[in-house]
Amino acid sequence: MAQVQLRSVVKKYGSLEVVHGIDLDIADNEFVVLVGPSGCGKSTTLRMIAGLEAISGGEIAIGERVVNDLPPRHRNISMVFQNYALYPHMTVRENLGFSLKIANRPQSEIDRAVEEAANILSLSDYMDRKPGALSGGQRQRVAMGRAIVRHPEVFLFDEPLSNLDAKLRTQMRTEIKKLHQKVQSTIVYVTHDQVEAMTLADRIVIMRDGHIEQVGTPLEVFENPVNTFVATFIGSPPMNLLPATITNGEVAIENGPSVALPSAFEGKVREGQAVILGFRADNLMPRGHSLPMEGQHAAFDMKVNLSEPLGTETLLFSSLAGREVQAKMLNPRPVSPGETLPFQLDLTRCHLFDAASEASLR
Amino acid sequence: MNENLKHRIKARILKALHLVALFIAMAIICVPGLWIVLNSFRPTVEIMAKPPVWIPSELNLDNYRAMFGAVGEGGVPVVQYFTNSLIISVTSTVIAILVGMAGGYAFARYRFKGKAGIFIGLMLTRAVPGVSLSLPLFIVMAKTGLIDTHVGLILVYVALNVPFTIWLIDGFFRQVPIELAEAAEIDGCTRWQAFWKVEFPVARAGIASAGIFAFLTSWNEYALASQLTRSTFSKTMPVGLRDFTSEFTINWGGMCALAVLMIIPALILTFIVQKHLIAGLTFGGVKG
Ligand SMILES: Nc1ncnc2c1ncn2[C@@H]1O[C@H](COP(=O)(O)OP(=O)(O)O)[C@@H](O)[C@H]1O
Ligand SMILES: [Mg+2]
Repeated sequence: MAQVQLRSVVKKYGSLEVVHGIDLDIADNEFVVLVGPSGCGKSTTLRMIAGLEAISGGEIAIGERVVNDLPPRHRNISMVFQNYALYPHMTVRENLGFSLKIANRPQSEIDRAVEEAANILSLSDYMDRKPGALSGGQRQRVAMGRAIVRHPEVFLFDEPLSNLDAKLRTQMRTEIKKLHQKVQSTIVYVTHDQVEAMTLADRIVIMRDGHIEQVGTPLEVFENPVNTFVATFIGSPPMNLLPATITNGEVAIENGPSVALPSAFEGKVREGQAVILGFRADNLMPRGHSLPMEGQHAAFDMKVNLSEPLGTETLLFSSLAGREVQAKMLNPRPVSPGETLPFQLDLTRCHLFDAASEASLR
Repeated sequence: MNENLKHRIKARILKALHLVALFIAMAIICVPGLWIVLNSFRPTVEIMAKPPVWIPSELNLDNYRAMFGAVGEGGVPVVQYFTNSLIISVTSTVIAILVGMAGGYAFARYRFKGKAGIFIGLMLTRAVPGVSLSLPLFIVMAKTGLIDTHVGLILVYVALNVPFTIWLIDGFFRQVPIELAEAAEIDGCTRWQAFWKVEFPVARAGIASAGIFAFLTSWNEYALASQLTRSTFSKTMPVGLRDFTSEFTINWGGMCALAVLMIIPALILTFIVQKHLIAGLTFGGVKG
């Protein structure tokens, strides 16, 4: 059993506090992804779990054990670093077997474990090469192999794919997911890439400036962002946000059309409240090129400034109330810049955030 | 004439000029050494001849024979000098490297108060000409009874070499990514094991080169050694060269023979370590 618990964990560098008392419960075998913009404290948090950074306050427990003051070697964890950190003076085989050798395991056991890891990650062909003679993807696999050889309770990954090219990244993403199913361990994975987070995670932890903004399954954070930060960070393209005011029970977009108050927000807003209307491109489509909108929806015309055909759909950049909004067009036909189209906005999928606190009003 | 041919000829000529220039440069560097080797095998008459005799008429081992011969017949205690040099150079190098590793690692990895100041201070000591230290050193050594001892010279050479080894080794440890030691710690190493099993082997090439420099400095040093040694008990080979000068004559042949004996170990050492230098310089573990 290897759940990981963070209780009011604080990290200070001198007088500078970079992680502000975060709480997090990670269940056994769970794949949790910490995601957030660069500098938000993801790596620091991960390194505190690993024992590579001292904890300035709070408590970290792995399994049933509080590990605050234990060195990394007593935490039964493995870590994959962003730059792989393979030992350059050792062959792949030695890299993989290093942890077991340090633990003074018998050679036969080391060989067996290394062989097993090599098979799982298809490393067998270059076991006797040094890391310098491997490609980026191969190094990545060796780094993962080194992590699994020891059968740790918890795997920690710090942006392991960020040095790979796009194609390899997608491929390795799948491999990591498969690996998780094979080795059945708790995984804490750090990335700044929300696509990686969405595709890999059982649960996503969205961080900003040393705080946790939201924790939830990929769908939860996508469907119900707690604030505008999460709304724009998760999902691509980012959610459209338009300032508006509640006027006569409707949402009056600043310098733009008024739309009906989405029924989900009835009773949750007051007249005259300054709000932010949020909706994704997937819920704003030209009539005749949209999903059927049976529920509450609004309609208005917009001029298309730019279109990006993606094949099955086309991304449309238009302006509404003086701001750029992105919409999608299904069964696309060519759209010329400047063309005005009738759009439909699915109000059942819209979000309202308080303008001052930026928190969701749901 | 076609253009390709012109360029090919031009490239050939440039290549030839390049080789000629290299040859001249190497000749200038090597001639003094070769001259010494040559002189060690021929009589003084030929060495002193004017104009210089480049092609020797006769080569023999007389100078070497005399050097190893009895004292008073041109013999000098070569073996004793060699042993002194070896003991002093090896010991001071080992100490300078150990201190250099500790210091270099600290400068590369840790933050502490006055780091920049200490570092600059260390470098400034390199700016002091060694000879200017000879009198103060002589007085200190005389008071502590370390004149004419191995320990005395070893201390001096350690002091001379440490700033340099710290500086070099610091540079090499900086190139070893900090994540390597962290990965090792996660793999179950203590801090100490992580250093010896990962960081040290990766920086080995650099440490070896610092070692060569320290060794050669001690091995070749003359000015201070000539002040601080008196007798066969502690004289090093460079100081031993002076045994070939007497009141009215200088035995150039003998001096060259001893010089050759000095050069050989240095050459061998450099050859051995050179392989290490190249083999070790592969930082492929971290993204390249
Ligand atoms: N050793 C350090 N000293 C001071 N500040 C640091 C140190 N390491 C990281 N920080 C700061 O802590 C914050 C979080 O860093 P980090 O956890 O690496 O962010 P990321 O989410 O990009 O991984 C950053 O603002 C960074 O500048
Ligand atoms: Mg980071």
